[in-house]
Amino acid sequence: MQLSTPARILGGTIGLGAVLGAPAFAADPGTMDVTINIPRLKVAEYHKPYVAIWVEKPGASAKTVAVWYDYDMKANEGTKWLRDVRQWWRAAGRSMIFPANGITGATRAPGAHKVSFSRAQLGAAAPGQYTLVIEAAREVGGRELLRIPFTWPAKAGSGGRAAGTTELGAVSVAFR
Amino acid sequence: MKKRIWGFAATAALAALVAVPAAAHRQWMLPSSTVLSGDDVWVTVDAAVSNDLFYFEHQPMRLDALKAWAPDGAEAAIENKATGRYRSTFDVHLTKKGTWRIASVADGVMGSYDLNGKTERLPRGTTTANLAERIPAGATNVKTAESNNRNEIFVTVGEPTTTLFKPTGKGIELVPVTHPNDLIAGDAATFQFLLDGKPAAGLPVTVIPGGIRYRDQLGQMDLKTGADGKVVINWTEPGLYWLNVTTPQAAREEGAPEPATPPAPQRRASYVTTLEVLAP
Repeated sequence: MQLSTPARILGGTIGLGAVLGAPAFAADPGTMDVTINIPRLKVAEYHKPYVAIWVEKPGASAKTVAVWYDYDMKANEGTKWLRDVRQWWRAAGRSMIFPANGITGATRAPGAHKVSFSRAQLGAAAPGQYTLVIEAAREVGGRELLRIPFTWPAKAGSGGRAAGTTELGAVSVAFR
Repeated sequence: MKKRIWGFAATAALAALVAVPAAAHRQWMLPSSTVLSGDDVWVTVDAAVSNDLFYFEHQPMRLDALKAWAPDGAEAAIENKATGRYRSTFDVHLTKKGTWRIASVADGVMGSYDLNGKTERLPRGTTTANLAERIPAGATNVKTAESNNRNEIFVTVGEPTTTLFKPTGKGIELVPVTHPNDLIAGDAATFQFLLDGKPAAGLPVTVIPGGIRYRDQLGQMDLKTGADGKVVINWTEPGLYWLNVTTPQAAREEGAPEPATPPAPQRRASYVTTLEVLAP
């Protein structure tokens, strides 16, 4: 793990954090790992869900970190259904342009999917309370939304979880 | 029945001139979506006149006065127009991002004059432009009043915009405090209504949820614009809503005798829109 992020650890250890006025703990996590379980559903017609993941902070505009949709259809046709991820569409999606660099991704099959986001990706520059929101909407299916609050700076080993009942399974957040 | 309707029409001074039908029938346009995403976006619209909302079962809405405007205010094409027995349909290709307006606006003049000892009504289709030629030489006691009826809907691709909401200054118009394509159940919305370009207090605002066929109660909200022309609407349920604003109308009691001479025409205006309230 240390090998994978030498620059950050080096910067923290040498005291760049102190220069910036933040506590100079080298061990402060810089990455959020999110594990999203997409449930396997027994339905006659199954389409992998559109999923949006974004960060909310009171008083700030929502920051989208990932959108999984049919991004590779001809003429960008898969964007037609982005508005069905409706809370995300209202909070952030409608002001974005697709495909969105670093945010657009393919839809995912049932199973556990781990994705990681840096503090910068999360838009969590200011210390404080945030909420990670995960919303899934499935063609000819339903919609479900989960919220997991988190604090930045995060403590190593801290995290959160939520469990969906229809379109999402267990979703967990961990920091490293 | 016929007599009563004529009586109503006389009282209402022929407000029903063009766009809005007399009595209880409601005119409406129903878009396939109000909140849209994508790169090649179309909306298709049903347009009809009926009692129950939103069921096309009485008369199609006439599309003669129909127009569409892109978010930048440029007039846009109405495509694939068709009028059937009970409804009209048409499409609009939403080629730009932002909020579009689709509207059927009917401006007219109603009134009467005396000629050779008889009182005559101005014919249907009288407007400020042709009023002079429709009043014959020798007519006296000319009484006229303008009527403006607006039926419009809004649809938005991407982020809602407000460029289109610049008032024309004629009839009743909606000014968004809450954007009409940004409605969500549980959140109250505020709209301001102008009459001839000025905030209009005391206008009756009627809001009725769609789906009337499958419930016993109409669920109508009867509201009034405040001093600043604003009205607050509490959306308790997601769904489609019909909203109607009119200038106040003098009601004549059922069975009351008809006046011997038609009353002086009153300035009349009405506004209709269909709003979609999304689930949170």
